[in-house]
Amino acid sequence: MSREPFELVVQRHGPTVLRVCRAVVGPDAAEDAWSETFLAALRAYPALRSDSNVEAWLVTIAHRRALDQARARARRAVPTDDLPEQEASAGAPAEWESDLASALAELPLKQRQTVAYHYLAGLPYADVARVLGGTADAARRAGADGIAALRRTMRNPSLGRSAEGDTS
Amino acid sequence: MTATEHPLAEEDLFATLPEVDADAQARLHARLVATASDAGVLDVAYRTIDTPLGVLLLAATEQGLVRVAYACEDHDGVLERLASRVSPRLLHAPARLDLAAREIEEYFAGRRQQFDLPLDFRLSQGFRRTVLSHLRDIAYGRTASYAALAAAAGNPRAVRAAGTACATNPLPVVVPCHRVVRSDGTVGQYVGGTDAKKLLLALESAA
Repeated sequence: MSREPFELVVQRHGPTVLRVCRAVVGPDAAEDAWSETFLAALRAYPALRSDSNVEAWLVTIAHRRALDQARARARRAVPTDDLPEQEASAGAPAEWESDLASALAELPLKQRQTVAYHYLAGLPYADVARVLGGTADAARRAGADGIAALRRTMRNPSLGRSAEGDTS
Repeated sequence: MTATEHPLAEEDLFATLPEVDADAQARLHARLVATASDAGVLDVAYRTIDTPLGVLLLAATEQGLVRVAYACEDHDGVLERLASRVSPRLLHAPARLDLAAREIEEYFAGRRQQFDLPLDFRLSQGFRRTVLSHLRDIAYGRTASYAALAAAAGNPRAVRAAGTACATNPLPVVVPCHRVVRSDGTVGQYVGGTDAKKLLLALESAA
């Protein structure tokens, strides 16, 4: 079966995959992750089955790339307590520095991935489970825990978000 | 003020994340084109150019220019057919087509009579391809009949097939099927429409 031009895949899914990358690996590493994901996807694209869910496929590739990056970082890591300097996030618009972005960054990795894949990419929990491993129920629990943690952080006025509206 | 018990439904929660900005999209697209090209996995590059005959779509493989399409051929449909007939690894990548775009612009400005571009004829097969290969023998500003073209291609009786070859030319303008006219002197059909054919012939006769 023939596939539509890859240009349409980039136009249609590029923005969503970038949001997912920013949520999972942070704004600084997101553009590298996006670029590696789409290059790998372009390479494999002719062999993709025509009935595949393209967005789930892209998220799966992005997920594996992020794992590879994390492993590479771990190999390069030298024993030190110094945290790497946060570069000015040239890659992300200033608004990404929002309460939610920092709340996402504080979630445990699995919850962050689950929330990003389910809520930002719109994958059903069954698909999220296929990407992450584990069961759909476990993914649903991780998603619920992640959302609850985000809500707690976002409701906390000390993090800059007004609690107005909570007074019914 | 209306108060709500649960002000942050999931949708509202994520609504605070910014939409991806156009700058980031353009930057990432350019980077994808560059890395894909370096890696040899950008099978088809395309761009559009404005001409006196409207917007033309240009597409190139690594071998050369593979398609020139008029707007009346439906550019989206042309891209879909390129994806299925050549490769779906197809991106908007103007740089690979800079030379073709420049030469076509020079041609329409009356400053170029011959194209000096690598061409990829893979979209035309058999006798049609043979016919197309003889079109470059018709000099700028000259015309030939379909019958003469069929004869030049080695089959004088295949006049209709010569016409079909011209009508299905994947590289109009650059491969000059517009220089083939009917024996009775009328201009005949053209993939870009009869008016486009007349304009090209007028352009070449004015030079």
